[in-house]
Parts: sequence; structure tokens; C-alpha cells
Amino acid sequence: MIKEKTPIKFTLNGKEIAASPDSRLLDIIETEGFQIPHLCFNSNYRADGNCRSCVVEISGEKTLAPSCCRRPENGMEVYTHSERAESARKMVLEMLGSDTKSDQATKKNHELRDWSEKLEIKNSRLPTNIDKRIDDSNPAIAVNYEECIKCTRCIRACREAQANDVIGFAFRGKESRIVFDLDDNMGASTCVSCGECVQACPTNALISKTELTQKKQKVEKTNSVCPYCGVGCLLTFNTSNNKIFSVTGRDGPSNQSRLCVKGRYGFDYIHHKDRLTSPLIRRPEARKTKEIIPQESINDTFRVGTWDEALDIAAENLKNIYSKYGSKALAGLGCAKGSNEEAYLFQKLIRTAFKTNNVDHCTRLCHASSVSAMLEMLGSAAVSNQVSDVKNTEVIIVIGAKPSVNHPVAATFIKNVIKDSKADLILMDPYRSDLARHSKYYLQFRPDTDVLLLNAIMHTIIKEGIHDTDFIEQRTEEFDKLKECVKEYEPEKISAICGIDPETIKNVARLYGKAKRALIFWGMGVSQHTHGTDNARCLISLALLCGHIGKEGSGIHPLRGQNNVQGASDSGLIPMVYPNYQSVTDHGVRKKFEKLWGQELDSNVGLTVIEIAEKAFEKKLKGLYIMGENPAMSDPNLNFTREALSRLDFMVVQDIFFTETAGFADIILPASAFAEKDGTFTNTDRRVQLGRKAVDPPGEAKQDIWIIQELAKRLGLDWQYTSVEDVFNELRQTNETIGGITWNMLNEKDSVTYPYTSNSKQSEPILFSESFPTRSGKATFVPAKFQKANELPDKEFPFVFITGRHLEHWHTGSMTSRSEVLNELEPEPTVSLNPEDIKELNINASSRVSIISRRGRLDANLRIDPNVQKNTIFMAFCFADSAANLITNEAMDPFGKIPEFKYCAAKILPAN
Amino acid sequence: MAKKVRLKPRGRQTDSRDKNILSDLINPDPNRRDLLIEYLHVIQDKFGRISKSQITALAELMKLSMSEVYETASFYHHFEIIESSEEEKNQPQFQVRVCDSLTCQMYGSSKLKKGIDLLSGSNYKTHNVSCVGRCDKAPVAVVGKNTIEYATPTNVDRAVKNKEIKPAQINPISLDDYLKSGGYSTFKKCLANKLHRNDIIEILKNSNLKGLGGAGFPAGLKWEIVSKQKKSPLLVVNIDEGEPGTFKDKYYLETEPHTFLEGMMIASWVIKSKHNYIYLRDEYHACLDMLHSEIDKLSRYFGAELPIIEIRRGAGAYICGEESAMIESIEGKRGMPRQRPPYIAERGLFAKPTLAHNMETLYWVRDIIEKGSDWFANHGRRGSKGLRSFSVSGRVKNPGVHLAPAGISVMELIDEYCGGMLDGHKLYGFFPGGASGGILSAEHKDEPLDFGTLNKTGCFIGSAAIIVLSDKDKARDYALNAMKFFVRESCGQCTPCRVGTEKATMLMQSKSWDKNLLKDISTVMRDASICGLGQAAANPLDSVLKFFKHEIE
Repeated sequence: MIKEKTPIKFTLNGKEIAASPDSRLLDIIETEGFQIPHLCFNSNYRADGNCRSCVVEISGEKTLAPSCCRRPENGMEVYTHSERAESARKMVLEMLGSDTKSDQATKKNHELRDWSEKLEIKNSRLPTNIDKRIDDSNPAIAVNYEECIKCTRCIRACREAQANDVIGFAFRGKESRIVFDLDDNMGASTCVSCGECVQACPTNALISKTELTQKKQKVEKTNSVCPYCGVGCLLTFNTSNNKIFSVTGRDGPSNQSRLCVKGRYGFDYIHHKDRLTSPLIRRPEARKTKEIIPQESINDTFRVGTWDEALDIAAENLKNIYSKYGSKALAGLGCAKGSNEEAYLFQKLIRTAFKTNNVDHCTRLCHASSVSAMLEMLGSAAVSNQVSDVKNTEVIIVIGAKPSVNHPVAATFIKNVIKDSKADLILMDPYRSDLARHSKYYLQFRPDTDVLLLNAIMHTIIKEGIHDTDFIEQRTEEFDKLKECVKEYEPEKISAICGIDPETIKNVARLYGKAKRALIFWGMGVSQHTHGTDNARCLISLALLCGHIGKEGSGIHPLRGQNNVQGASDSGLIPMVYPNYQSVTDHGVRKKFEKLWGQELDSNVGLTVIEIAEKAFEKKLKGLYIMGENPAMSDPNLNFTREALSRLDFMVVQDIFFTETAGFADIILPASAFAEKDGTFTNTDRRVQLGRKAVDPPGEAKQDIWIIQELAKRLGLDWQYTSVEDVFNELRQTNETIGGITWNMLNEKDSVTYPYTSNSKQSEPILFSESFPTRSGKATFVPAKFQKANELPDKEFPFVFITGRHLEHWHTGSMTSRSEVLNELEPEPTVSLNPEDIKELNINASSRVSIISRRGRLDANLRIDPNVQKNTIFMAFCFADSAANLITNEAMDPFGKIPEFKYCAAKILPAN
Repeated sequence: MAKKVRLKPRGRQTDSRDKNILSDLINPDPNRRDLLIEYLHVIQDKFGRISKSQITALAELMKLSMSEVYETASFYHHFEIIESSEEEKNQPQFQVRVCDSLTCQMYGSSKLKKGIDLLSGSNYKTHNVSCVGRCDKAPVAVVGKNTIEYATPTNVDRAVKNKEIKPAQINPISLDDYLKSGGYSTFKKCLANKLHRNDIIEILKNSNLKGLGGAGFPAGLKWEIVSKQKKSPLLVVNIDEGEPGTFKDKYYLETEPHTFLEGMMIASWVIKSKHNYIYLRDEYHACLDMLHSEIDKLSRYFGAELPIIEIRRGAGAYICGEESAMIESIEGKRGMPRQRPPYIAERGLFAKPTLAHNMETLYWVRDIIEKGSDWFANHGRRGSKGLRSFSVSGRVKNPGVHLAPAGISVMELIDEYCGGMLDGHKLYGFFPGGASGGILSAEHKDEPLDFGTLNKTGCFIGSAAIIVLSDKDKARDYALNAMKFFVRESCGQCTPCRVGTEKATMLMQSKSWDKNLLKDISTVMRDASICGLGQAAANPLDSVLKFFKHEIE
């Protein structure tokens, strides 16, 4: 319990006030109803007190005091409107006005102009000296130096909030001004275009270009959630005339008003001309081959149909397959981008109309291995601690993840605690991401050697006796097995293979092991291997070994990729389980769902993503319903997958764009984008958050909930959902972990953490504090032996090919490549290579190269990136023109059935 | 629109050659951000400039962002940042600086600069700089590290051409001589616990020794406050002597460094600081080398009993004489003053309680302890107590550092210590405390010069830098010079000072002044600036408005 501090007694304009010693004079002044200007102060950032527009008079003090920086003291006499204070504030505003110009009628709040108007400051009497430069080199943001008042809010936003460290305050005196890096153009700097500086700026000095061109019109604001990654930032869509023109970060528990470039500037895809606006029906003469049909040739392959026509054809064909070949010939691929309600209805449709468990989604491609290890060892696949818990920890391990690229806002909170020296960071990743600069230890280990490295760390911890014997004794089982297994992994022995010197391994083991509290974050660098489950097992064992789980500041967190991959999994979009991970093979569970859904259900585990493609290739699977997924880009070994899709008898694709996958469809149903519908979404932190409709879908595009229901109706299901809320209410009956969360609660709070059961009626931000949800209540150590990747480099294919993502693009790029800003920032496919490799290969640094594996080839421009480890090639998988997954290996982890996206053999040649 | 493929990661990338060169040259320690300015000095000294590519490499080696390094480097005038090292290859690897502050202006600095520029052609460039602390030998130019007194275009050009860039030799009392004359006996008594900490504080309090950097805060009281802090404190010595007209610290440092060092070590012992920092202005090149070698000798002599002493070079920023700006600078950052509270005695360098002292204050500590508080306090005229080291320059016969009783009047100082006014010159006015202390007219010739005695005039004696103006001078010219100095030296952080100094400079150039507007500017600067620079910068302007009205109407 924190002791309440004794309140301070002081007087404000003669009135006695009692206030906390930590309160801010400015806040008290405003609460008391006095208005004084403030410009450099913004409650999101540290008070800096540089503008002096909020000065007040304090009796006995020689000079005036900035009320944004001062705290009350006993006996203090504060006067806000003494002649001295008032004239100083006016003079400050006059001074700032004299060196700035703001004729542009922009729609942003202009705090300097607003305060000057309030204080009736007309034309400045002072000679002017305006910096007329404009920097419009950044595709998203314009810098108008003529409006800059040097309040440094942008610097605090960039450096202290987002921790991107791009903006600085350079030069001195009247020459001092904000700069990007080394006084570079913003567009040529390391700026990641998160736009926090724009949100922070009190004038139009930093402004989003979308706002610059916006004419004055009525603005509507819709509070919602970001449609992109798993961080789940809350935001506001600013719309007018059914169009989003900007986005503002909202003070959500996972983002504290911060956003990244995707969230802030990637909203315009929903208004793109490529949006599907009417149902499309494949022309009978259009043959299916494994070739991708380009956007321009849609009309050659498809014709426009009505909704009734399209839905009827879809239902009829699926029914025919069912009656001819049975359930096994049908499958569904749902989507981690859709809402919980959509996921729930989709799997219910597959399981009840198709009577099969052949339903999966891209969680298979992200964290399936993490999930299988967590379920096996801990009995739960949810993150144990939320990202915000970094503020309570001492040591943070980030392994196999680039959070500043893929979870940018989460990364800011990690960087914040590191920069404030509150915690140490250990980064382990073959790619040197920008977090390396902030880390105490950066381990650039060789790809594929995770288990070696982690076992050696555990070896050291056990050998040096720094493991938590009490925790192991009381909370875990099978410790002996782990101890036996890691015995042989001496750091000295494995050092040469994983490329990390033994002393560093030991130091890392000591730092993590001896910490009182520690967190582990991992990403797909861990999970996307044929030994992904083993990788995750090692991480979980490491946490258990040191007792770093089940308390504040201690836990594990596989960073969920997509906005609702957690929720879609929770809602049963998985072939082995119903909602809340209840096994389809468990008789009791099945009976429960049969009762709820009113029909008999399949008792066999269904097919996973890759298995669906395999069965289609073998022509054993005939019909497929896809909602929002894009396997023709996201699956490994695309030549195989695309061939498989072309062999299907019948496929329905429901999407907002004509994706690469849609080209293989027989029926294409135009669906709704994120901002066009209501629904709940569960972020990586287990927060259930409410997305709200801001605009209507274009043309005849329909909300997905409606589409699923219409198809269900035609497949003979009698569903009577009248609202999204109805679906949510049924969903929470099937998933007790969210059983206590009501629609009203979400409407009110926007974000509620589960578990929040109908009994407990409260959120549990930290899991496993008392016990693990296993039979014994204990966690089980599952040791893992080192195994090599499925396909190793050799003479012919000497490089390791690794796929991943770019900051500006998301998933297969179907949305982000249709966002103007994002596409301008990162327009073309490139393959990243270490400069030394480029030199050794004797190829031109800015040339085009061919990447070739046993499965395919692609051409792309070369990107020199010293952060890429030698002998590896990195490529993002979002570019349709050069799809990285043409190269990747479909070999799967035996437990999680996740393919090995992070490792295959390839070679590089100059392109022809 | 043509798509631009990104062929490298965002922003500038480190050039591995620069990285290797800097690794060899400085081997920067990423855990020592506080050494950033020292590292920049090494690069500047070695190459004569700092290229952006070197900044990029240094940032990577220090695990800092580029902007953090750049904003620091660009703050200090002694770092010359260039786009690429290819640029200006033919330029000499040192700078040629011409002082244009008060006394140098009086002695023709602008003519001097023009003269040098005429001789140099385009072979080298000259920069104007603020006071380099040689006002008694004005005008002054600096070639590399070589300060040229009584500079003429010819002797400056000759120094450049002959690459005479080393500082002139100084001959202070060496450690051996100091020890022979009984030096360090008081510090040794401290180490042997023969003196008590509280007694020393009492002696200081009774002596009336005040902070001689200009603020005049009682030294004994300061030691007491810092001693009472819970965390273990640090000691910082301010030798960033930069107030135009001031050169007393240099004088004592060049002659008797050990007297000051002993004072510092006594202070360090009293407050139990294990780590002392000496912040030396970069213009005092010869002192830097001397201090390094004398402190080396000291550490050999005292061994482990000596506290850690780090010398930090300033880099051409007057504002770093302000104690919190100096602390920022020691931390390796831009020298921007901090908001108070918290006071640095509670939370200063590296967030620890900090005792910050001007060098001269510490210089007197040994004598006061050895000779007693009365010895010091008994000096003084007109009720003032103690001694003051006046740096006198301008229209007098014997400019220089003159140790005189506190409370002396300017007339007495000129007549008794400076040999009177220069022939043919009549006292017209004077700066009692450098550029920031304001300007008094001849009618104030009998006012006592001490802390607080000039309050009613709006002026102060500060660092006791007396610049004497004669009937050949106009106060407004020097007020403008002072304001221009503050424009150059303002850190740029707060609006009143950043904008006020600049606007005032613009307005003060017109023949007749907009008195109301200038008064408004001066008021907001005084009332609302963050630090003493901004609060005092308008003093000369106010003085002209008050005492030299006839010049501006």
C-alpha cells in the first residue's frame, strides 16, 4: 500500500487550497477555474517549462515561476493574475507570435493562435524574423519551420514517449531549432513516421499532409481500435462525408495515445479504388491455373453478380460437395483480422454446416508452436503478463522479435523503461534491430540455434545454482528431466555453433537468473521453425527455472502478430479446439457444444492451414470457404499452395480486395473493412477491445457478419442474430474467460482484460499467480534437444533465407500496399544482405538479384543492410510482385504444424 | 509518382572506415555518455573539424542516437561541424578567432578582424568569438590554441602562416614549491582528522566568504546544506570564466593552482565527496595541460587519499558558467540550465547532491582556515567584509587583476590600483560586473562595490569585472555589444531570453530607441527567463534607459 501523502496547504489568488505535494500548479489553477496559457506543456509528456507562457507570481520569489513545472509547497502564495504575471504571459505570446506565421487555415488545433486570441494579443510590435523553410520530404508529414515555437513537445514525443530519438534540439540561442538526425530532411532521416510529433505539436509546424489538404468541413469522431497489429492501440477515426481523413491516438491501456505509422497513416486503404464493391462470379470459361490473376484482369475472369445470385451459387456448390464427398472434402480458413464475433460465427458455420473441424486461420503461421508449448507446459496459451508490465520489471529478454517493426507501440514502452534505467534489456536475434542500441547484451546468434543457446543459458543457471528451487519445488513438475537434458549444453561447447562467446552466455544467464523480476517477449523468430515448439519450450522452461512467472514484472509474452490473432484463437478458429481451447476430441466438451449449437458435431481433429493446402493438392479437399485470408501469399512454398488452390472444385473468398487468393475463387464476396463495422478484438495483452463503425462499406460491400449469416441460412442453418452484440453474448457463453464481460461494459470502458469470468467479475492482468490451469495445478518442464532446421545451406544453396516484415507493411500487404503513405515509404520488394556478403558475391550494391531455392525463384532489388547477419538473406513477405514465400520451405513443426518460414537454403545470383 | 525503392535502412548509415578510425582514436565507452563532449574535442583537435559521418559513427559507438550527438555538438561553438570530411580539405586544421566583446571592441576588434581578413585572402577564415579572458591586453585573437594579446592583423597572420598554434607557456608555482612552502598542510590535517568538518564550516561562515563566480551565496552555508543531504554528494568546480571582462580565475590558476586545488580537496573532504569535477573553459588551453600534469603529480603524491578528479573542457559556451548548465555539460549534453527547484545542492550532477563552486571561492579556503576567519573578514570598506579580485579593463592605465577590499568604490579602484584613467580620458561610466552587471554612470563613482550594494541601481558586481568607459565612449554602443553577446550566448531554451535578446538587439540599433517596447522586453526577460543569463541580460539595456537617456533620444 502506498501511503497517502500529507496534503500541502497553500493559497491560490488568496484562496486556501489543499493539494497533493505531487500535483502540478497548472492543473490546480485550471481546476480552480482560472485560465492561463500553456504551450510547451502537454499532459502526455514531461513538463519542460521552456515557453514561459504559464508563469505565475509566487510571493517572495524574485522571478515568476512556470506553473507547469512547479508543485505546491506549504504556505506558498500563488497569484495567477497579478499585473506582473499577466503582462509576462502576454509578452511571451507576443514574442512567439512575432517569429511565426500562420495564415494557413488548417484544421488542427492551433494552441498559440487560440491563446493569443483569448488574451487579445493583436499584431506583434516586435520586429519579425521568420524561418521560412518548409520540409515536405516525408510522405506523411510536413515541417513548416515558420510555425515552430521551439517548445520541444515534438522532441519529447519523439525521444521520451516513442523513444525513436530522431528529433533533436540543435544549435544555440536564436539559431536553435528542431532537427531530424544530423539536420537531415525528415524524409531522409531515421524517422519512422509514427506521427507522434504531429500529435504533440501545438501549432501547424508539424502537420500530417492529409490534414493540410483537408478543406474545412464537419468532422465526426469515432472512438475505435487500430486495425493492424496485436498491440491494440485505441484511436479515433476522424471522418467527414463518410470518409476517414485522419486518425488520432487515444489514451488506451496499451498505447497511451501513441500510434505507429500504420495506425496513423495507413487508414486510407479502405477508400482505395481497388475495393471490391459487388459480388463477383467466376466466368465458366476462366480456367484455374497456378498463375496469379492481376487486378487489371478481374473482368476477364469474373463477372459482377447480385448478392442473391452469388450466395446461392456458393451455397449450392458447397452443399453439392458435401453430399457428394462428405465433410472431409470441405474446409474453412478464417482470419485473425476479423472480430471475435466473425471468428466465432465462421467456425460455427464450418463445424455445423460442413460438420467438420477443418477450420483454421493464420495463427497457424504465427504462434502455433508457442501455443502448443504453452498449453502443454502451462495449460494455457495466453500471455502471462501484459506489455505495460515492463515498468515493474528488472530484466527484459526480447528474442526472435523486432517489436519496433512489428509491435511498434509496444516497443516504445520497452524502450522507455530501458532509457529510464529502470530495467536492462537482453536482445537475442540474428537480425540487429534498433533495440540493440538500447540493450545491455545483444546476442546476434546464428539462425536455427535457439535451443542450443537457451539450453546453455539454463545450463549455466543450474550449474551456478541461481535457479529458484522453491518455485521449482512448489509450482513445477519434471525438473529432473530438464536438468538432465541441459547438462550437456555447456556454453563452451555450443559457443562456436551459435556464435556467442561463452562468457556472454553466462553473463546473460546470471543477469536473468539473479533478477528479482524478469519478462520474456518473443516473436516469430522463435515460433516459425520446425523446432518452434522446442524453442518455446526452452523459453518457458527458462522462466519456470528462475520463478520468473506468475507475478508482477515476471512472466512470458509471445507477441501476437495480428490485431485479433489472440481473439480468433480464443473464439475457436482452430481445428483441434472449440472456443476457449476446449478439445473437439473430448466427449464431454463436444456434448456441451452439440447442445448449444443444436446438432451433432465431428469428433475428429480437423486440418490445419498447410494440411488444407496439401489435401487440396491431392484433390481430396474439394471445397474451401475463405474469409479474409490470403494463403496464395502467406503460405510457404507458394508454387505448391497456388497449384493446390487451383485444383479445388469450388472456392468462396470473402475479402475487401481482390487478393492473390481471390483469383482462385469461384465466388468473391465483397466484405467490410475494419472501420466499417462493430466488433470486439482481443489484443496481445488479453484485452478485449471494442472496434466501432466509423464509415459505411463502399458500394454493395457488406459487413462480414451479415455475409456469414446469409451463407449459413442458405446452408440450412437457422441463425437469428440481430446484432453483433447477440453474437458476442453467445460467444461469451462458450468462453468462460470472458464470461463476465458485457457489451455495455465494453462500450463504456473500450478495453477490458480477461480472464474476467462471470464469477470473478474482475480482470486478471497477471496469470498463474497461484497455480497453473493444469490437472495438478503445476507447470511441467518439457526439455528440448537441439535439432537442425529441415533444410540446411549447402554448396549449391549457401545462404539462409529468412522472411519477416517491414514496419510499413502488414501481413501480405493487401491493405498496406493500398495505403498511399505506407506504399510511398516502402514501395518495392527488396532483399536485404550484409555489405560484406555483397562484396564477397561481387555484385553491384544497388542491383537487382535473383533469389533461388529448391522451390522457387524471385527477383528483387538488393538492400544493403549491415544489421543482417552474414550468410543470411532477409526478405519481407508482403510484396506480391516478388513473393518471398515462393522460396520458403513448407516443412512443419510436428506439434504446432507451423511451417519453417525462418529458415531455408537459398542462393543469390545477379538478375538477368 | 515514381516509386523510390529503399536500398538501405532508414537514415544515415555508419561508414565503417569512420567507425574504425574513431575506435582507434578514442575507443568510446558507451556507458559514459558524460564523456561525449570530451570525445568531440578529440575529434575536433585531431581533424580541425567534425564531419557528419564521424558523428554518425560516434553515435553508433556510444549507443546514442545521431540527434543526441548532433544537438550536443552543434550547441558548442568550438565544434565545427561539416557535411563531409572531403569538404574544405585545404582549410587549416585550426580556427582563427577574434574576440569582439566589450573591451576588445573598445580596442578596435572589428578593425582587427577586417585587417586579418584582408591579409588572409581566402586561405583561412576568421570567426568572431566572445570574450576569451584577456581583456587587460585587448584586442585579442586566438590562432588554434595560441592566444595573441595586443593583436594586430600582422601578428595574427604571421601566427597562422607559421602555424604557431600552441598556447603560450605559463609558469605557475609547482607542486614541489608549493609543498616546500607548507602547502597542503591544511588538507593533510583534514586527512588526519585533526580538523573537524563542522569547525571548518563555521570558519567559512564567519569569514563571510561568498561565491565569487558572481552569485555571492555564502560558501559556508552552501557546504552545510550539501553536507546534510542523504545521498553522497559530488563536487564541481566552475572555471568556465566567461563573463566579458573577467579574467581573475585564469590569473590565480596560472599563478597558484595548488592553492585552489587544496581548497577544492578540503571542500571535498568536508562534504565527503569522492568524485570532483573541474569544468575549465576551453579558451584556457595552457591551464588545461598544466592542471592535468599537476593533478597527476598530486595523485602520485597522495595516492588513494586523493578523491577522483576529472577535468572537463568547456567548448565555447558562456552559459555553461551557469551552474546547472555546467552540470548538463559535464553530463555530456547541451548546456541548458535546469529549472529550479530542485536546487543542485539537493539534486545536481548525475542527480546527486552537488556542491558547485567558482574556482576563486575555493582559492581562498586554505588561507581563511590557516589565518582565521577574521583575517578575511577584516578587509573591506564602507561596511563590506572580505577581499575581491577585480578584473579591471578599459580606459585605465594599469588594467589587470587587482585584489582590493570589498566595498571599494570605482574611483578608489582606478586611482589606488589602476594608476588612474588613461591620459586624455575622463570617467564616463563603467560596467561593475561584466556584461550582465549593467552599466553605471560617472555619478556612481563613489558607490561601494560589493554584493548587494548596487541593488538600487539595478546593477550588480557579479564576478567583479570592471570595464571602464571614458568620455570617448558611448554607453549605448557597449549595451548593444553586451546584448549581441547575449544573443550569441543565450542557450535558446526559454522564450524571453531567446527571443528577447534578439529583438532587443534589433531595436537597439535604431538611432532613437522604442523605450516602451524595450522596457517590456527587459521586464519579461527579467521576470520570466529560466536562468540568470536571461534575467540579467537586459541590465545594460536598462542602464542606458536609466542613466544614459541622452544617448538614445
